[in-house]
Amino acid sequence: MSIVNLLKLFQSVTYHSSLITQHYIPFFCDLENKLYTGSNIMAQQIIFYILALIIAVFSIMAVTSKRLIRSATYLLFVLLATAGLFLIMGYHYLFAVQTTVYAGGIMVLYIFAVLLTQKPGEKITPEPLKQRVLAIVLAAAGFLFCGYIIVNNFNRVYTYVALDEMNTKFVGQTLMGTGKFQYLLPFEVISVLLLACIVGAIMIARKRS
Amino acid sequence: MADLITNFFSGPIPMEAYLVISLIMFFAGVYGFLSRKNLLMILISVELILNATDINFVVFNRYLYPGQLEGFFFALFTIAISACETAVAIAIVINIYRNLNNVEVDSLNELKEESTEQPES
Repeated sequence: MSIVNLLKLFQSVTYHSSLITQHYIPFFCDLENKLYTGSNIMAQQIIFYILALIIAVFSIMAVTSKRLIRSATYLLFVLLATAGLFLIMGYHYLFAVQTTVYAGGIMVLYIFAVLLTQKPGEKITPEPLKQRVLAIVLAAAGFLFCGYIIVNNFNRVYTYVALDEMNTKFVGQTLMGTGKFQYLLPFEVISVLLLACIVGAIMIARKRS
Repeated sequence: MADLITNFFSGPIPMEAYLVISLIMFFAGVYGFLSRKNLLMILISVELILNATDINFVVFNRYLYPGQLEGFFFALFTIAISACETAVAIAIVINIYRNLNNVEVDSLNELKEESTEQPES
């Protein structure tokens, strides 16, 4: 029984089932018989570690910076690196949405807000030491707790199925469909939420004559 | 653990690497949320937290349920909801700035109406 048929069997068995542990397949091929070999994996690893380093360094710099506009810029880099992570995993549509909405829309809002409420170049006075130490202790405690859970579960095996990129036509059909596992109702609810937020934000922030 | 080390540079990226990245981002956001005074800094920390949970959803979808799309769509809707929440929060921050001329959380109690002194029996 070839590897492709084994993978197709795994795919169909796990489609509607809950999490079951499967054996880790050391090399893999996608459902159209393309083999992923050495150099492709190496490139993926290098890109992942660069993006991971960017995320780790810039997210910590964003929350400890003394100037607000620099925090906003570091956050922009973090969001773009997250979009890159989505791209590595093969979700091209989510990469596009993350870049345009988060890094392109929300960050512009933040930069507007920062420049409207501060003189440019103004330094923030540092917070009292007690508050910072308490925050560090709590964040470190949570980090160690969750890190312990992750490290304890390293030996859970899973199957990494190498997929092609996520088909946008399939995303569209799933988003607008009314069958099982399709998402028309959350789509309509999100549109109502967006309308409410637009109206609310305009009402709150308009100039009172 | 031994399996992870021997396959470190020769297999696909392990799921735990993604989880550690989102862990760092999440707790950086928690630190910023708890320790900063400026309202916009607090909002930026909330964005970091939400982004970390997005990565988690997508990673679990990709590695544990590759044929399904629930995590993908949850992350998509979370991005839309975060945009809405950011818009409303920044509108509120701008309104606060108009009334108080600064956006620190310590000075928000100046928004309170001055109550007439009433001795409580």
